[in-house]
Amino acid sequence: MINISEVVETNNMIEKENLDVRTITLGISLLDCIDSDLNALNDKIYKKIYEAAKDLVKTGEEISGEFGIPIVNKRISVTPIALIGAAACKTIEDFASIAKTLDKVAHEVGVNFIGGYSALVSKGMTPADELLIRSIPLALSTTERVCSSVNLGSTKTGINMDAVRLMGQMIKQTAEYTKEDDSLGCAKLVVFCNAPDDNPFMAGAFHGVTEADKIINVGVSGPGVVKTALEKVRGESFEVLCETIKKTAFKVTRVGQLVAKEASRMLNVPFGIVDLSLAPTPAIGDSVADILCEIGLEYAGAPGTTAALALLNDQVKKGGVMASSYVGGLSGAFIPVSEDQGMIDAVVAGALTIEKLEAMTCVCSVGLDMIAIPGDTSESTISGIIADEMAIGMVNQKTTAVRVIPVIGKGVGEKVEFGGLLGYAPVMPVNPFSCEAFVSRTGRIPAPIHSFKN
Amino acid sequence: MKKTIITVVGKDTVGIIAKVCTYLAENKINILDISQTIVQGYFNMMMIVDTAESTKSHGDMADELEKLGEGIGVIIKCQKEEIFDMMHRV
Repeated sequence: MINISEVVETNNMIEKENLDVRTITLGISLLDCIDSDLNALNDKIYKKIYEAAKDLVKTGEEISGEFGIPIVNKRISVTPIALIGAAACKTIEDFASIAKTLDKVAHEVGVNFIGGYSALVSKGMTPADELLIRSIPLALSTTERVCSSVNLGSTKTGINMDAVRLMGQMIKQTAEYTKEDDSLGCAKLVVFCNAPDDNPFMAGAFHGVTEADKIINVGVSGPGVVKTALEKVRGESFEVLCETIKKTAFKVTRVGQLVAKEASRMLNVPFGIVDLSLAPTPAIGDSVADILCEIGLEYAGAPGTTAALALLNDQVKKGGVMASSYVGGLSGAFIPVSEDQGMIDAVVAGALTIEKLEAMTCVCSVGLDMIAIPGDTSESTISGIIADEMAIGMVNQKTTAVRVIPVIGKGVGEKVEFGGLLGYAPVMPVNPFSCEAFVSRTGRIPAPIHSFKN
Repeated sequence: MKKTIITVVGKDTVGIIAKVCTYLAENKINILDISQTIVQGYFNMMMIVDTAESTKSHGDMADELEKLGEGIGVIIKCQKEEIFDMMHRV
């Protein structure tokens, strides 16, 4: 039977170390909503999402009450809208009307984000894909809760450089359209290489076409729990360090598995995956950078950071894999800048640069995340940053992403407030040299040699 | 059997166990195990209870026990046993 010290340990993790379930994300396929009449399409989308998700928030709160564990976010992901809207949408305004429908239903069912205003263009763009991409600035500036993502490349297909170039323009335009709010629109827009179909985390969540009609995906968190556990093994060997991370990751993931199973049962929706992630928040102590410091670095970004992060990421996966029956494709440690107080401190101290962050993305999940850059950064430079990150993902057969925010009207060192879970960020300097001629080339970068595995 | 773990944390005072037990008895909740310890100077009590016969929902029981705790200056939490089982048992 459970003993008192185990109960105290679990409750300390929840109360003092910010253990929580970061998100329950309900994935909903909209393929059966497709209609060539735009009004009928919007109507069907609203009804399908409303019916599927009307009890999501209530169920999340009920589970949270039963187990005494906070479930921070309840969210929805849908089939990439470029596919769903292809038959009906002839203009960018048509596509943006679907974004408004998504926003409306998100408000109605009480979720804080809805993801899937997306296009998958890793090899080429259909006219509808391109139209959706061009509608992103309008869609994100006229909605509150809609998140958008675009998959620009994969190990199997190479990188669609035409889409990379276009996304540089769209990110800049989204920043312009939302400049009154510190270019907040860009915080809801992410580009991927090797995007997983079952990502529960925003802004990149969408419900892949390989998925069932509905699915529950859960993202766990708990950087504070790992940090506290590591405080007890200061100065010990790597073996002890790794074992400690692994055991802690196991415990954290078990909570995710429990919540996922319970949500799946209560909503009568199949359980998809648990994403084993250390996802930081701006709350003090809920930081991945603090774990890196606890491992032995003065600041995140110091020499040794990439190795420490590689170790952390690997042990989180090793501990988590046995804790869950199905593990998601994005698992690992997240390193967003604005959402992590330790990362912000490292940037302010001058320890962390975009180039170092890029190196770190080679060994952990996702990529350059929530990084504020000067508002006068050119479109081609943004495309260059994206291309670099996509290349890392393509060659290393991993998911990489870019979510940068060119903050219109602000320069290096100024502070940007995004509010809530998105936090705040100091504007970081970007390499000033041009890549215009490179990103102006048309076509795509071919798939790397090791993709030919047949 | 539906097991729930009730934890009581706070400054020790007369009648904590009596008040919690009275509430449980009134709601047909059977106590299976009680243990207590002092952690960092605080009174920590854990009860494992069976709520199979209970007349209250988990949410109502948790709310009422929380209020009862506020009355005596301690924090009372109710959590289903599975969260501890999942975390500490392979």
